[in-house]
Amino acid sequence: MTKFIISAALAVMALQPQTPPASQQTPPPQQPTDIGAVIASDNPGTAPRLAVPDFIALTTDAESLAIAKTIGQVLWDDLNYEREFEFIPRDVYNTIPKATSFADIPFDRWRELNADGVVIGTVQKTANSVRVEVRILNVRTHLPAFAKSYSGSGANPRAFAHTAADEIFQTQRALKGVAQSKLTFASDRDGERMGGTVESRQVKEIYIADYDGENQRRVTVLKTLNTFPRWSPDAKSIAYTSYRRGGGQIFISNIYQGTLEELTKGPTENWLAAWSPDGSKLCVASPRGTSHTNLYVVNRDGSGMRQLTNHASNNTTPTWSPSGAQIAFVSDRTGQPQIYTIGVDGTGFNRLTSDYSDRPTWSPAPYNEIAYSARTGPGFDIRILELATRNVRQLTNGEGTNESPVFAPNGRHVAFTSTRSGKKQIFTVARDGRDLRQVTKTGNNEQPDWK
Amino acid sequence: MNRTLMAVAVACVLAVAGCHKKSAPVARPLPSPPPPPTAGGSATSRTPGPPEPVREPAIVPPEPVPSDTIASASLDDLNRNSPLKPVFFELDSSELTGDGQHALDENAAILKRYGNWTVTIEGHCDDRGTAEYNLALGERRAGVARAYLVSLGISADRLRTVSYGKEFPFDPGHDEAAFAKNRRAHFVITAK
Repeated sequence: MTKFIISAALAVMALQPQTPPASQQTPPPQQPTDIGAVIASDNPGTAPRLAVPDFIALTTDAESLAIAKTIGQVLWDDLNYEREFEFIPRDVYNTIPKATSFADIPFDRWRELNADGVVIGTVQKTANSVRVEVRILNVRTHLPAFAKSYSGSGANPRAFAHTAADEIFQTQRALKGVAQSKLTFASDRDGERMGGTVESRQVKEIYIADYDGENQRRVTVLKTLNTFPRWSPDAKSIAYTSYRRGGGQIFISNIYQGTLEELTKGPTENWLAAWSPDGSKLCVASPRGTSHTNLYVVNRDGSGMRQLTNHASNNTTPTWSPSGAQIAFVSDRTGQPQIYTIGVDGTGFNRLTSDYSDRPTWSPAPYNEIAYSARTGPGFDIRILELATRNVRQLTNGEGTNESPVFAPNGRHVAFTSTRSGKKQIFTVARDGRDLRQVTKTGNNEQPDWK
Repeated sequence: MNRTLMAVAVACVLAVAGCHKKSAPVARPLPSPPPPPTAGGSATSRTPGPPEPVREPAIVPPEPVPSDTIASASLDDLNRNSPLKPVFFELDSSELTGDGQHALDENAAILKRYGNWTVTIEGHCDDRGTAEYNLALGERRAGVARAYLVSLGISADRLRTVSYGKEFPFDPGHDEAAFAKNRRAHFVITAK
C-alpha cells in the first residue's frame, strides 16, 4: 500500500499541472525527494486529523495575500466535503505561530492539538502567473506525504485549491474527488422573455457552476425554453432539450468550442437525452407521431436511431447503467409512473418500484443504486434504491418538493432540485442525507447534472 | 399580401377624404339648368315663379357589413384573444371530458371556416407531476385533442403538437383551481 501510494504520488508529480493550465515550466525548487506514506490517524479506523492553516504569501502584495487566503479556505472546504479527514478547528489557528516558509513549521504545536498532518501551502507571484506549492507534512515525522507545485493564472485561485484537493484525495485516500467537477442546470434567472407570435413566456437557459456553486456561468443564448441538461462523459459538451425549433429537440452545446449541434430534428419531438457512459450514443424519449412516448437510442452524430421500448404507454426519462448495458426509465403502463430497467438490446425487462416513482438516475460505479423522485405527499422526495438488495432509503423528508436527483461523479453526493427555500433551487447532500447545501440562489434553478 | 395592400390603399383614400370633409365642403351644388321652354305659354314662362327648391338626395350611410375581425386580425392579436378554446383535463388524465369535446367541436367549426389556418396544439400539465414525466403527459393531451379534430374532418397537416409539460402554467397558483386551468390543450394559430 505504502509503495503504491509513493509511486502514485511520484507519478502525479511527474505530470504537468492539469488545471490551472501549465504555463511556467521552471522546475520546482527544493521539491522533497522522499514523499512518505499517507497521513494516518493514531487510531486505526478513524480519519486522519489535518490542520489547514492559511497559505503563506511569499510575495506580499495585496493580490498574493488575497490568493493565499482564498486557496487555503477553499482547500479546507474541498477536503472537508468528502468527510475523509478530521480537521483541527479553524478558531485555534491564531494561537499557533504562523509559518513563513516550509522551514519554520511549528510541528510540536500542531502535535499538541492532536494533528496527524498539516497542510502547508505557499503562493508566489511571478512575472505573468502565480506559483502555488502544497505539501502535507506528517506532524510526527515532519516528512511530506504529498508535495506538488502548480502554476497558472491568478484570476481564479479556487482552481488551484480544487486541483490540489482532488490530487490529495487520490494520493492520500485512493478516492476520486469532485472538487474539480461541475454542475449544469436550467435557470430562468435572467428574466428574459421569448419573442415570437404566441405570447410572452419566460426563457430558460443552460448554466454551469463549480460543484460548490461558485463560478456560475450561462452557456446558452437560445432565448427559448432549454431544459434537462446532461453532461457528456468527458464533461466538454452538454446535451439538452431545446424548443428553439418550435417543439422540443435535443441540442448539444460544445461549451469549450462554442459550437451547437442539433442531434434530433422534427417533425416529432425528442426530449430528455441521456449519454451512454462511453459517450458514443444517447437515449431520448419521443412520441414519434403517436400519443405514446417511447425510448430511442441514437448515435452521437444523430445517425442510426432505433427504438428501444415499444409499448402503448409513456416510457420516458432514460438513464444508463455504468456499464452501458442497461437503461432505467419510467413507464406508466400500470396506470402510474414506476421505474423499470431494460437491456440496451431490448431484452431483460424489470420493474423496480411499487409506489409512485419517477425520474430515475443511475449511480456511477462502484455504487449500484438508482436515485429517483417518489411522490410522498403533495410533492416528491428523493429516494435511493440499492439494486443488489432492493433496499430503499430516503434523503429528503417533505421539505418542499424534491426532484431530479443526480449523483456526484464519485457517487458520494446527490444534487437535486428543491422548493424548500421558496423558488426552485439546486441543493447537494451527502449520500447518507447529511451535509445539505444550497448551491443556487438567483431565479429558479432546476434539473441539475454533475460531471 | 394583396389583401393587405388593398386594405392599406383603401384606408389611405378614406383618410384623405376625411380630411377634406373636415376642412372644406367637397363641392357646391351646381345651379339647376333653366327649365325647358314650354309650348304656348311664352308670357307666363317669362314670369319668374317661386324659387325651385334645390334638393340633393340625402346619402344614407350603408348598412354596416360586419367586418371579419377574425380574418383580419394579426396572429398576435388572434392568439391573445383566441377564438380557439382550450380543452381542460382531469388530474393525470388525457381523456376528453364532455366539456372538452364541446370545445373541440367549436374549434373544429372555426378551423373549417378558416381553412388556411395552421395550428399548434400545446399540451400542458399542472405542476404536481415531475417536469420530466409531464412532457409525455402533455404530449398525450395534445395528441388526443388533435386526433379528435382529425376525426371531425380537420386535415392532420394543419395540426402540429408540442408538449411543454409544466413549463408554462396558465395560472401560477398552487391550488386546485389553478391546477385545473393548467391541465390543458392550448391552441396557437401559427399561420393564416
